[in-house]
Amino acid sequence: MLEVVNLQCTRGDRCLFSGIGFTVGEGELLYLYGHNGSGKTTLMRTLCGLVAPTDGEVRWKDLPIRKQRDEYAAELLYLGHKNGLKDDLTGVENLLVACRLAGVPVKEDEAWKVLEQMGLRGHEDLPARVLSQGQQKRVALARLLLSEAPLWILDEPFVGLDVAAVALLEAVLAEHVARGGMVVLTTHQEVALTSGKVKKLRLGWKEDGCV
Amino acid sequence: MFSAFRIIVARDLLLAMRRRSDVLTTLFFFIIVVSLFPLGIGPELDTLRLIAPGVFWVAALLASMLALEKLFFVDYQDGALEQMLLAPQPLSILVLGKVLAHWLVTGLPLVLLSPLLGLQYDLSTATIGVMMLTLLIGTPALSLIGAIGAALTLGIRGGGVLVSLLVLPLYIPVLIFGAGAVEAEVSGLGGAGHLSMLGAILLLSALAAPLATAAALRISAE
Repeated sequence: MLEVVNLQCTRGDRCLFSGIGFTVGEGELLYLYGHNGSGKTTLMRTLCGLVAPTDGEVRWKDLPIRKQRDEYAAELLYLGHKNGLKDDLTGVENLLVACRLAGVPVKEDEAWKVLEQMGLRGHEDLPARVLSQGQQKRVALARLLLSEAPLWILDEPFVGLDVAAVALLEAVLAEHVARGGMVVLTTHQEVALTSGKVKKLRLGWKEDGCV
Repeated sequence: MFSAFRIIVARDLLLAMRRRSDVLTTLFFFIIVVSLFPLGIGPELDTLRLIAPGVFWVAALLASMLALEKLFFVDYQDGALEQMLLAPQPLSILVLGKVLAHWLVTGLPLVLLSPLLGLQYDLSTATIGVMMLTLLIGTPALSLIGAIGAALTLGIRGGGVLVSLLVLPLYIPVLIFGAGAVEAEVSGLGGAGHLSMLGAILLLSALAAPLATAAALRISAE
């Protein structure tokens, strides 16, 4: 279980958020929303341990994450705004390196199969730099299909995807949650999740619909 | 733990192979700087033999500096660094892998090419041998120490100049003992003492630099 206690984060003099507390248990999806600049990305990076909070702490299985960095990392999959793809490696190579680095042993034919599932048939062995934005996102998201990590933290995973890919990703998320996985997600799109419990958390000071 | 090290080394070598221009820039920089001195000073063999160790070492230092900028920057830009920070292995191991791959493509070629360049300075075979040995021990230390500076200046505008200011002072011991070993060998004093010091610097930096670099990366990526 992911537990957040009284989390505060300041950037320079500006307080991005404070007093944030929530839990994400097995089979739960937490949907973070808020206007641009409300601190969604910073909160997610704090959850991963990439940013140190000014106050409060993030706990994983009742222990603070900074005390169990490697154990926590093994159970976490984070996909940020940047895809983490190497321009000069092909889709398959990128997927293999990303998975193996995260401690998931993946064979090459599995990687080919997963990329085909992600709708990249015929593009698997092209260097990532010639792929379109949406295709690059698909390569990055292909990791989800191979991951055994219980906790997924996904920052705007739907950006750049077409309708078919959005539906596919929704299905993948629903299946993960149904299996007892946990998801923390931000998105500006409406997503339909059919199974599991969806929690919502709003960040920022503006009311819904205000510019 | 070892597998993560291997994955990073293999990935970075593959990337270097796909993008050879980056590697060749460093190598040609070294060749040109070393070749400029005989052209500028003229064919005074005694003078050339005298300045050779210093010139080779200063050129190696500058070439190593030149290559540093790229060490973490691309990973930082495309998000691969974030994934490395979140890998379930100690970050210092991954850093060590990156530095090794970096040295293999930017440091080792300089070492292998130095005998050929040594001919321009009328160096004897024995001197060239010692020169190669010092470069072989010294350049990995340069890469290791430089990685700290590269990690600290990551994401800072104009980081290239700052990294020189940070790292060059730390390179001075390597320069002194590297060039000193060759000079001592030429003058007949024997360079064993200098070589031992150089080896000690390499060992110390191999132990401490990955830890310092990992800490710096965590700060820079925040």
